[in-house]
Order: sequence, then structure tokens, then C-alpha cells
Amino acid sequence: MEAQELPCVLIDCIGGKHGVYEDHAEFLKERFCLITMKEYLENKNFLGKKIRAIYMWYHKPVINEELLQSLPNLKIVASSGVGIDHLDLSLLSSYGVKVSNTPFIVSTDTADLGMALMLASSRRLVEGHQMAISPDTEYFPADWLGAEVSGATLGIIGMGTIGYKVAERAKAFEMKILYHNRKQRNKEEERAVGATYCKKIDDLLQQADFVMLVVNLTPQTHKLIGKRELQLMKPTAILINISRGLVVDQDALVEALQNKVIKAAALDVTYPEPLPRDHPLLKLKNVIITPHIGSATVKTRHLMKENMTESIQAGLAGLPIPNEVLL
Amino acid sequence: MKVKPKIMKGEELPGLLVNEIGGMHGILHDHVEFLKKHFCLITMKEFLENKKNMSKKVQAVYLWWHKPVIDKDLLQSLPNLKVIANSGVGMDHLDLKLVASFGVKMANAPCAVSSSTADTGMALLLASARRLVEGYHVAVSPGMEYCEADFLGVEVTGATLGIIGMGSIGYKIALRAKAFEMKILYHNRTRRKEQEEQAVGALYCEKIDDLLCQADFVMVVVSLTPQTHKLIGKREMELMKPTATLINISRGAVVDQEALVIALRSGVIRAAALDVTYPEPLPRDHPLLKLKNVIITPHLGIKTDKATRMITEEAVENILAALAGLPMPSEVHPS
Repeated sequence: MEAQELPCVLIDCIGGKHGVYEDHAEFLKERFCLITMKEYLENKNFLGKKIRAIYMWYHKPVINEELLQSLPNLKIVASSGVGIDHLDLSLLSSYGVKVSNTPFIVSTDTADLGMALMLASSRRLVEGHQMAISPDTEYFPADWLGAEVSGATLGIIGMGTIGYKVAERAKAFEMKILYHNRKQRNKEEERAVGATYCKKIDDLLQQADFVMLVVNLTPQTHKLIGKRELQLMKPTAILINISRGLVVDQDALVEALQNKVIKAAALDVTYPEPLPRDHPLLKLKNVIITPHIGSATVKTRHLMKENMTESIQAGLAGLPIPNEVLL
Repeated sequence: MKVKPKIMKGEELPGLLVNEIGGMHGILHDHVEFLKKHFCLITMKEFLENKKNMSKKVQAVYLWWHKPVIDKDLLQSLPNLKVIANSGVGMDHLDLKLVASFGVKMANAPCAVSSSTADTGMALLLASARRLVEGYHVAVSPGMEYCEADFLGVEVTGATLGIIGMGSIGYKIALRAKAFEMKILYHNRTRRKEQEEQAVGALYCEKIDDLLCQADFVMVVVSLTPQTHKLIGKREMELMKPTATLINISRGAVVDQEALVIALRSGVIRAAALDVTYPEPLPRDHPLLKLKNVIITPHLGIKTDKATRMITEEAVENILAALAGLPMPSEVHPS
């Protein structure tokens, strides 16, 4: 009888590529009655009324109006990660459903990955690894060089929590830091990382050796970096994207890379994910792509699960919701 | 301190012997113009073809990637040789005592090297922890790998880094790691001053074992000497955590490579990232090339435009100082 007392939470599935991890499922089952999409679809009439929360892992299950209409007792959607561009917040609000994300715990991992991509790209780490293990390699050519990170200029576009952590790390590499943001940070914050505010994005683009995108995806940041912005960048500059694929005009990026308008790019995010297997970005030597692993560490995923659980429990108890996303 | 050459009109520039220009182990083409301002460049080929005339002209040798090889024969055939400048900081390829016995001074290039090598160390640490190379292959593979993959890496922020060898490169690594909120342990022949330790929050481990059993990342940053040869072997790897990563940016011979292969295959340690191996490159059938949990890079250490340019500038300063009988900025004595 005890299991019936646990609140019912809808998940996409357990295991497989983007399902809830087996070990996470054990934790969740101690607190919730987990219902997979498959189980729900097989028994919509009975289960629809029982579901009070949705545990959204890797943006699944997809929430549309049809689903919302069939879940009359849905109180809260807990979404993994910090980005919420995949959610229709107005729609959810109109059904009286609250939303939470996991903002702060992803910050350091994502900042770390931004640094990893900047270092890997500038020092040609992936190309170098391929050379080191290739069956055709006979020697390492002396004039095979990369570009230095230490002492170079980093332009951070989007100086939120993650952008600021990138700045803290870059400072230790004696980088000169420029940033562009909707609002300027206060003087102490700027001084702590030695960052100079560029009110106009053009100023940042023209000076930076590395341009790192750390904004969230909104109508204003959609295709923020297009042909014009790429042409303002130095021909020796490298673009790093750890925000969302749609922040960059991908076709313009391909052209810029092919014509040496910029030197290289490193992308943890693309649109779509994954890219079609014949996409030109996959073939360019001066591009590193990673499969959206910004927050992909064992520890952070555990913290996400715990955060989301807390948010659901608070939401169901009518208490203030940690990490609630407001319209 | 910049030393200007004291050249009288009509006098020849001092002869500088180099291995070759361009190619596998040659002076970078970009550096030739700068060198020709101060020296008459003589390649090994030119020297060997015309030993009689060239041998007296050579007053200095500039080694690029350990070439030309300095042996007794060469030293005996260069009666006016005053100084050998090495590109980079490692001197393990030179017989320091032999060179000194000919009254020839030696210099390395420590200043230019430390930042770019520290950057290489951090690049490898981050790439290995976050499985960047594996991730790249998943992201671009034509097959179904993307659909099957959902892999996780290990956290860098807040993890424990053990630095073995806290010279100028090791210290720069500590400065960078501190910004990642890493807990830093270090092992070194001598302990650093308290202020230096405090500036990076580093804890001294007199016994290497203490460092090995606590570290999530072990970074090897020592110079190669008889004492550091195979410093990291089976015993040391077994002391490491099974979740730990070994990063080597010093010299291949500091690590027992056979023991490393076994440790990686059997999960004694999680992964390794090696900028250096023995030999370089490894034979194409070497087991290290096939392990999924290994990243190997082709001795990236100082391979940037900026660092290589600074190395040549440092070498030129040392050579000019030696030829003028002035103190050299980075003279190396046989220990």
C-alpha cells in the first residue's frame, strides 16, 4: 500500500540513450511512483489523473498541449540543465503548471568545458592526437604549431554565472578578458577577473583572439553570430560555442571557416543535435565538435537529480520551489 | 637585458651552426630572417661539405629539437665554438660534462617554455577528464555511435591535482589549477617557500605516495634525470586511485610505459594523457595507440608561434652574451 502513497511522476524512459539512468531510477523510486511514457500511453485514462509531476531528463518527454490536457493534476515540470528554450513557458503557465530547472550546479562543468574547448582548439589537440596515433605517421614535423592561450585576448559574450566562471579560469592563464552582456557587471566583479566591458559587441569581436558564447537562447540571441559578426572577428580568431546551436548562423559559420574568415571553431552545441551526417561542419579540419557534454559529469548529474527531486517535492507540497523558472 | 652585437663594418657575423632550415628538425623558416641579423647561418650540410673552411667560423650552435647531435667528434672539429644554445628547457639529450670539458658554455630557454607547457598540461587534463577526443569522434562519426553514446566524464572543478615536479612549469600549472578551485598537492626535490605555497594553496607531500593516493589527477612535470627515470612505475600506479588520471608533459622515460599499458587495460587507473612518449613517435603497433582511455599528443609542449619565437629570442640573447663574454641570462652548468 505504501507505493500508492508515493506521488506519481512521469518520465520518458529508464536506460537507453537519453533515459533516466538506472542508478538514478533507484533513488527516484524511493520517493516517487515512476511512470514511463510507454506505461502512460498504454493506460492513459487511469494514469493521466495520477500524474502530478514530470521529471524532464534531456528534454524528454516532450510537452505539448495534448499532453497537458490529459494530465489534469500536473503541478510541476522539473527540467534537467539550465536551458529552458525547449519549453513553452506561456503554455505551461496557462495550465497552472510550475517549472524548475537546475541552474547553478551546471555552471562549473560548463565553464570547464568552455576552457577545454578553447585549449583543445588553439593547440590543435584533436588533430595532434590523430597525428600521434595515425598508422601513416613517421615523425612529428617541427613546424607544426598551434596558437598560445596564455596572454591572449578572450571575449566572453554573455557574462552570467557560467560566463563569469569562464573569466575566473581564463584570468589564471593571464588572458586579457573582454565581455559583452545585456548589463554591465559591477566594478568589483570586473576587477576580480580583470574584465573590460564592451558595450558594443563589435568592439569585442574586433579585438578578441578567442570569442566564447555563453548566452542563453532567446529571440534576441537567435543567430547573434552571423556573417557580419564573423567578418568583424580577426582571421586568426577562434569561435567557441557552449550556449545553444541556434545562437550561431551555422551556414555563415561554414562559409567563414571554409574561406578562412576566422581560424577555427569549437562547438559543444549545434542545431540540430546531432547534425546530419553529411553536414559540412563534420568535415572541416579546423572544427572540433563535442556531443553537448557541457554538464556531463557523474557528480553533476547526481546533483541535478537531487535538485529536480527537491523541486518536485516542494512543488507538490505547495512550498516555495527551489530553482523555479518564472515567466 | 638586450645585448647588441659589436660588429665593425666589414667584419663578418659570427657563424651559427644549425641542423637544417625547415624540414623535420630544422630551424623554423619564420625565424631565419631574425637569426641572419646576428649570425652567419651554417647548416650541417654546408659544414660537412666544407669542413676545412667552415670549422673555424662556427662560434655557436643552436639546437632545434635536439639536433644537431653534439658528440666528441663535432666538438673537436669546432675549435672556436663558445656556446651551445638549446631550444626548450630539457637538457637530457646533451652530455653536459663533455661539452663543459671543451670550455663551451650552454644555455636553455626556460622563460619562453613555461606558460605554453603549462597550458598543454591543462589542455590534456581537461580533455581527458571530459573525454573530449572520444566525444569528438562520437559527434562526427558517420555511423550510429551518436545514437548509442551517452557518456559522462569526471569533474575538474574541486578535484584534487597532484603535481610531481614544482619547477617554473609546475608552478604555472598550480596557478591555473587554482582558478578551477582544485585542491593542489605537490611533490618536489625541495619544498617551495611558504608564500609561494599559499599563493596557489598547494600542500607539500614529502612522500610521493601521499600525493599518489589522494590525487584525482597526477601531473608529471619533472626534468628527466637518472633519478626520475621510470619514476612512475607499477608500484606508483597501484597507489593511485582507480578513478585517477595520469598526465605526462615531462619526458616519456619518466613513466614505465609497459606498466602504464597494463594499468590502463586493467582499470588500475582511469585514463592517461601523454604529450611525451618514448620514443617519439611510438612504433605504429604500440598498444598505447589503441587504448580508448589514452590521449596522446605529438609533443605539443611549446609548439606555438609565440613560444617558438620567444625561444629563439632567448637563445640569441644567450649566444650574444656568451660571445661578448658577458653573463648569460640562462646558462646551464653540469650539475
